[in-house]
Amino acid sequence: MILDSKIPEGPLAEKWSRHKFNIKLVNPANKRKYDVIVVGTGLAGASAAASLAELGYNVKAFCFQDSPRRAHSIAAQGGINAAKNYQNDGDSVYRLFYDTIKGGDYRAREANVYRLAEVSVNIIDQCVAQGVPFAREYGGLLANRSFGGAQVSRTFYARGQTGQQLLLGAYSALSRQVANGKVKLYPRTEMMDVVVVDGKASGIVTRNLITGAIESHSAHAVLLCTGGYGNVFFLSTNAMGSNVTAAWRAHKRGALMANPCFTQIHPTCIPVSGDHQSKLTLMSESLRNDGRVWVPATKEISEKLRKGEITANDIKEEDRDYFLERKYPSFGNLVPRDVASRNAKYVCDEGRGVNETGEAVFLDFRDAIKRDTEELIRAKYGNLFDMYQQITGENPYKVPMKIYPAVHYTMGGLWVDYNLMTNIPGLYALGEANFSDHGANRLGASALMQGLADGYFVIPYTVGDYLAQTPYAKIDTDHPEFQKAEQEVKDRISKLLDIPGEKTVDYFHKRLGKIMWDYCGMARTEEGLKKAKSMIKELKTEFWSNVNVLGGNEELNQSLEKAHRVADFLELGELMIDDALNRNESCGGHFREEYQTPEGEALRDDENFAYVSAWQYVGEDEEEVLHKEPLVFENVKLTQRSYK
Amino acid sequence: MNLTLNIWRQKNNVDKGGFREYKVSDISKDMSFLEMLDVLNEQLAEKGEDPVHFDHDCREGICGMCSLYINGKPHGPLQTTTCQLHMRSFKDGETITIEPWRAKAFPVMKDLVVDRSAFDRIIQAGGYVSVNTGGVPDANEIPIPKRIADEAFDAATCIGCGACVAACKNASAMLFTSAKVSQLAMLPQGQVERKERAEKMIAQMDAEGFGACTNTGACEAECPKGISITNIARMNREYFSAVVSSENV
Repeated sequence: MILDSKIPEGPLAEKWSRHKFNIKLVNPANKRKYDVIVVGTGLAGASAAASLAELGYNVKAFCFQDSPRRAHSIAAQGGINAAKNYQNDGDSVYRLFYDTIKGGDYRAREANVYRLAEVSVNIIDQCVAQGVPFAREYGGLLANRSFGGAQVSRTFYARGQTGQQLLLGAYSALSRQVANGKVKLYPRTEMMDVVVVDGKASGIVTRNLITGAIESHSAHAVLLCTGGYGNVFFLSTNAMGSNVTAAWRAHKRGALMANPCFTQIHPTCIPVSGDHQSKLTLMSESLRNDGRVWVPATKEISEKLRKGEITANDIKEEDRDYFLERKYPSFGNLVPRDVASRNAKYVCDEGRGVNETGEAVFLDFRDAIKRDTEELIRAKYGNLFDMYQQITGENPYKVPMKIYPAVHYTMGGLWVDYNLMTNIPGLYALGEANFSDHGANRLGASALMQGLADGYFVIPYTVGDYLAQTPYAKIDTDHPEFQKAEQEVKDRISKLLDIPGEKTVDYFHKRLGKIMWDYCGMARTEEGLKKAKSMIKELKTEFWSNVNVLGGNEELNQSLEKAHRVADFLELGELMIDDALNRNESCGGHFREEYQTPEGEALRDDENFAYVSAWQYVGEDEEEVLHKEPLVFENVKLTQRSYK
Repeated sequence: MNLTLNIWRQKNNVDKGGFREYKVSDISKDMSFLEMLDVLNEQLAEKGEDPVHFDHDCREGICGMCSLYINGKPHGPLQTTTCQLHMRSFKDGETITIEPWRAKAFPVMKDLVVDRSAFDRIIQAGGYVSVNTGGVPDANEIPIPKRIADEAFDAATCIGCGACVAACKNASAMLFTSAKVSQLAMLPQGQVERKERAEKMIAQMDAEGFGACTNTGACEAECPKGISITNIARMNREYFSAVVSSENV
């Protein structure tokens, strides 16, 4: 299989403009003859569904939540990047492009990332026009803050609720199209399969989560905007319902899965408090603008702290190790996420962790409060501080926050070309569900940017190019391929319900999560990965013989919903391990202990691994086949990432 | 701690439903309320009993999916979402009563899960600025005073959970509707459709079967995001000024 990324010819800065001119258009009067399915209603899905409906296409939008407004984009806190250079501090499209490529440790496509930076400026305009209340200065103009991996202030924000405000903006645009009759909404509906007819995506099979009805929907194109798969780790900052099912079913129908091992571990999350933990809560990266990360200078002091003999505020300045500021003087606390996470792990591994489990470091606002007053800090981060206090019972204005890295985002995802189309014609993947823009590590405030770039400003053009070459006649849902897919879904449901097992779905999910975290988390080794692979194989076998899925299909059944998702996570987990094993280098969030610089930084191998790994499913219990898309860098020079 | 739970169980939207009592033990004070229910559900599942169904997703207090009427208060004793409520707010040996939102416009689907699509339809009636993607002015072209932007943000922070409706003796959706009407009425971008928006959203709110507002302030007191009833006053003003010049009369 040859992977054609379809990157347009020409200089980097002109590629997108040229491409927009060269691709085919659908006449405005003919757009109503095409149906498009959008699965997922987060930033990518809602913006795509609204924009395509505005153009005149007939859209069906699906989400598993009770309303499109609940999609997990809503939880993004810190902000959204855009190369507006409103601060006059030297930002530009090229600098945002460069920071993103470098931040991704040179494992993303230049052309995609440049386009992302280019359209970033339009996103802010669009959101403001929708009535998104971004933070403003006293003069009435938009405010910015800085984020990790950048030395300019280019992050737009709405207190600590930027994702919420952007999603509600996209949701309002979507709602308007629902009112106009151009979008039909299907909430509480889960996509169970993609239907491929004659090699082209022709629709989906869904399950109504209230009635259990299995239904087919046909369309000329299918867009998967279904987010990331961080919940393979059980504990992550993802929502409880976030899952890989849509992407994974597409994968099993032939769509390639790219760079699945590239996982982002976010440095600032509230540490695990016990076995009951169901999810982890992020504390926005924006806090690192003012908070200082530290641990005690010695193990002995940490031990006293853990025993409760002293508190953080008793520790003298000279006994504090501000390890990020010490090791990375120029970026300090604002190093990229992978670097910050790894260093937190190192100091905790040395025994210098600060809570009962030994897996936490301090994020301290003492100096910021002294400098700027508590009032100003409250204005900036009030909701985050409140959330921290509610969860932990501690007041972060008085004692330093305790944080630890947690799984947050997955850079890997379905392989797509420049048009965001997977290798299955007519099947697209947008936002976190695809792999395209963040390489091996995503910079803060870039996920919102990518989701909205894909939905508002990329897909409306590129999907037209495909539809213009597609006949108006739609495949009917009576087609044998639809019937077959429906039957397979029903069979799988019966199979799950009929297993005479004893263990709950969560029992398996927790075990899978622990294997993934221990062996395919912040640090990975060949030995560990091999061990994990056999453990997952065993767990999968056990799942299919010993899971107990209660209730029936024809009802609201949350354990059946979970069982489907966990079954897919078990298969994905194994592929992530394969991918991590194949990549004999360290880059970004993928850290193989065998490959590091003497200072403990990620050691890339550009000669052998400057490629996208794209995996092809070939059959049940068979090893997946690896395809490589070489990454060509014509504009940036590959260097050892340095934030010192 | 050990607790007795008195939980509303209802098979589906036609079943009559009723309370059932459960016991949970060894609950840690650091657990969230929903994690406590997870523990109960694991217990039930191990015994082969149908778990208690409830809505939840982000568990960060922002998606608005979790609900639950706990001991007679929406989202329980604190002014927060149920997912952010922790067991340290309860005492050992306590009996906790858990019900779904009760409102005609929010029919119960199963156990504690209700249908809140009425809220979506209120937004669809006019909770937006009618701009298409592309062709909009530069974001800094229209300065907005910080005070106005902040006030609009305060209204926009509504998570659409429905606690205001559940708290109200009339099951009124005025706080929810007014939050969106206010946000857009305050911003320059919302001016063009200002009157039409207020009229249409209120008409939809009434059509959904939500009750009228009698200014008790229960919604504001229970709103996990602290949305102020000033928004209701603002919406009333918007509405009156809209109807006196309305073309729909």
